Amino acid sequence: MKKVLGVLAGGSTLLAVALILAIIVIIMSSIVSGGIGRLSWNFITTPPTEGLTEGGISTPIYGTVLLVLLMSVVGIPFGTITAVYLSEYTSERSRIARFVRFAVSNLASVPSIVFGLFGLGFFIQFVGVGMDKAFAPEGRVIFGKESLLWAAMTMAVLTLPVVIVSVEEALRNVPREYREASLALGATKWQTVTRVVLPNAVGGILTGTILAVSRGAGEVAPILFTGAAYSAQTESVTSKFMHMGYHLYILMTQSPNVRETLPVQYATTLVLLMLTFALNFTAIFVRYQFRKRLIRA
Amino acid sequence: MAEAIIESMPLSRQVRTNPAAKNADAAARVAITAVAVFALAIIFLILIFIFKEAKDVFFDAKKRDQVLPTLFMMPANENQAVWTPISKNPKYSLMPMLLGTLKTTLVAMFIAIPISVLAAIYTACFAPRWVREIVKPAIELLAGFPSVVLGFFALIAIAGFMQRLTGADYRLNAIVGGIAVSLTAIPIIFTIAEDALSAVPKAMQEASYGLGATEWETAFYIVLPAAYPGIFAGILLGLGRAFGETLIVLLAAGNALIVSWDFLVPTKTLTATIGAEMGEVVYGDTHYNVLFLIGVFLFVFSVIINSIAEFYVKGRLMKKFSGAA
Amino acid sequence: MTELTFGIAHIAAMTAAQLSRSTKYIAFALLLSLAACGGDHNESSGGQPPAASGEPMSIKGSDTMVILGQKWAETYMKKNSGTRIQISGGGSGTGIVALINGTTDICQASRPMKKSEREKVKAKYGHDVLEIPVAKDGIAVYVHADNPIREITMQQLEKIYTGEISNWRDLGGANQRIIVFGRENSSGTYGFFMEHVLRDKDFGAAVQTLPGTAAVVNAVSEETKAIGYGGDAYSTGVRALAIKKDSAAQAIAPGEVSIMTGTYPIARDLYFYIGKEFKGAEKEFVEWVMSEEGQGIVKKVGYYPIPKKKLAPPDSTAADTAKTASK
Repeated sequence: MKKVLGVLAGGSTLLAVALILAIIVIIMSSIVSGGIGRLSWNFITTPPTEGLTEGGISTPIYGTVLLVLLMSVVGIPFGTITAVYLSEYTSERSRIARFVRFAVSNLASVPSIVFGLFGLGFFIQFVGVGMDKAFAPEGRVIFGKESLLWAAMTMAVLTLPVVIVSVEEALRNVPREYREASLALGATKWQTVTRVVLPNAVGGILTGTILAVSRGAGEVAPILFTGAAYSAQTESVTSKFMHMGYHLYILMTQSPNVRETLPVQYATTLVLLMLTFALNFTAIFVRYQFRKRLIRA
Repeated sequence: MAEAIIESMPLSRQVRTNPAAKNADAAARVAITAVAVFALAIIFLILIFIFKEAKDVFFDAKKRDQVLPTLFMMPANENQAVWTPISKNPKYSLMPMLLGTLKTTLVAMFIAIPISVLAAIYTACFAPRWVREIVKPAIELLAGFPSVVLGFFALIAIAGFMQRLTGADYRLNAIVGGIAVSLTAIPIIFTIAEDALSAVPKAMQEASYGLGATEWETAFYIVLPAAYPGIFAGILLGLGRAFGETLIVLLAAGNALIVSWDFLVPTKTLTATIGAEMGEVVYGDTHYNVLFLIGVFLFVFSVIINSIAEFYVKGRLMKKFSGAA
Repeated sequence: MTELTFGIAHIAAMTAAQLSRSTKYIAFALLLSLAACGGDHNESSGGQPPAASGEPMSIKGSDTMVILGQKWAETYMKKNSGTRIQISGGGSGTGIVALINGTTDICQASRPMKKSEREKVKAKYGHDVLEIPVAKDGIAVYVHADNPIREITMQQLEKIYTGEISNWRDLGGANQRIIVFGRENSSGTYGFFMEHVLRDKDFGAAVQTLPGTAAVVNAVSEETKAIGYGGDAYSTGVRALAIKKDSAAQAIAPGEVSIMTGTYPIARDLYFYIGKEFKGAEKEFVEWVMSEEGQGIVKKVGYYPIPKKKLAPPDSTAADTAKTASK
């Protein structure tokens, strides 16, 4: 009896793992087999034409790249500085640090669609409209509308917890002796942080950046109404933009012929997946490499 | 390394910090603290600015009379739609969507909890090293799937498969949506549960073996209860992810206003309502305000779940450290 | 492009071990990208190549028209490389609000503007909005290709969508539940269907509202018991039913003739609305849209051109028709 129970219990755990792996394999293989036929160099270098049924996805790729770059330019320094504060400037038990940490963990759990609402209510309706009132020539609307800029800001806020957590972990991995040596030599805290701690935490910053970029490339809900467009040429940060994930959503719901665009949907999914996976694996690899280096040092 | 640091520093600073560096240091401290406090402020900014766009529901007399009496209205018969913002006599009841969110989340958790906890037990307690090295990155891979991709997969594969399996009238329903949503919760629950299980001291397991317990008895009766707070936190965070999911349910759950406990009928969730309708709504309209109000609900609910996860786990761990457990 | 270049510089800087230097790069890149975006709007500030100066023409509104607008823009930009057009959907209501707020140059709408909206446009721009019907569209009612039903009356349609009829048996079909698909409630198509088919009654609770006509068509094509509605342009892989005004009337299938002549009961005009003074790039574009070539594209996309006799040059005459239409 006991043996039967043991086999059942142990077997169920193995079954669960097998099930998860099987799901991943099924999803991957169905997407790869559906998309590989449509995938070509041409597909990623030409813009969509004929109401999205022909051509490739170069403009959505371009828009996605612009979005994540702008997002990183804002989010990475901001997240890094917050992580530096948490790891270098406060003790674990300080009240502000605990508040900040709590805020960050909550930020990570807020549904992504709510960030979209925030982007619309804060960045567009408050900051953007406010900027137009202050700077724009009478009657012109430059900032008070959906755009690449505000979508990127929204994404920067969304990915902030990812950056803070990975950078903080990297900072904690820098041995205390390094800091002590630096301080003992008369360096100020700031000098210690910028010349000793941060250079040794580049791995964590890179990991955070890559994970944030991977999230930014795939998340659709926050950009639904902050700047993604069905079709656009993005020339400035105040233009709208196309985005791979949003493009897939559009193909599924608004393309003129869903059946005809099915191969395009598969291929777009495949490119999107390859991109996020490449980024995720790079992040894992970088983290691993830097950990190894620190341990050896 | 320490020598390298010394070499990299100008000679004067090796002896004494100069006043300019001291000023820079003080300035940097202020600036860094300010940035960190701003990070703290963001969470409040989010609440303030979502509420700002929703507040007319409470403070504008005309809108208040329109919205509040219908906000939690139940349909008079099974045919009546109670969320009709674009109607001659608009109704703004959130009941169909509250129920819809509850249904898809329940399905997702019903699938995700056993699968991910069992898989975590296998990975932490039974798996040989090489299996672990396959399973963990594979599940990180699953976490990396953008939700629009899972929605796509749910639409083209899960929906048809489930209809053949259940013979349901409706191809898109709460079960299909819930299954796809469970795929977003599984990596979260698994990762946190696996961490918690692995953190259980080896000595406990060895003591168990020493008393003659088998491998599975140790895993289920010793390790699992010891890791319970961590697993519970993982489940809560998975829950937070599941009910906040937008694209999957928008694409695959069917979006109908049916108020029923039948899981095989199409359901509309709170998130999908925002996702589908916000893009086309007229700014400043009552409809717009109510969509933001839904956002406020989602925000508050996610903060509550997250706080429980944080405090519950921290509280439990504190107790453990102080020797009570 | 500026963001791109400096973004890459920033990533490159990140990999350099000296972080202090890379912070400088980031600040530098930020400043420059902000400067670049400022430069895009202040033509005077220079530094931008002439082709990239000025705002692109923006067209926003109806999701039904987004494909049409995109195709027009695509073809037009190929011919006039100096013009840049950005298209976005969001629905007719959003487009009209964008016009009122001045965030779009041309609003695409699948329904005529309401009087209150026209007044707001007038208050903003100081003159009546310019209304130009640019295409005709029929709302088709789709069923699965295997469905034996060929025609339906407006009354039956109303009852299906309000939930009074829920079985195909009541329409002479098999004893099966009707799976009803529609559009989400802020879309122009939803409003049009509610007004013209449901006669302003509410949709029933079981109507599945999907975020796009393509999603509706796809859902109907996957389910033999399904019914859905949407632009006639989308009906591929499903069957569009012939519609009877009432049980005594002749059933009319959606098609070029029936929609252009108005005998098909659920047809509508698709409009451009312009608030600013009608001149320059917008005027050239709209004139091209109304030309033979532009109207040819309408047909290619699956909508129907505006009948010839109504097709006047869209200047003062169009403004006149707009006024008569607005009363």
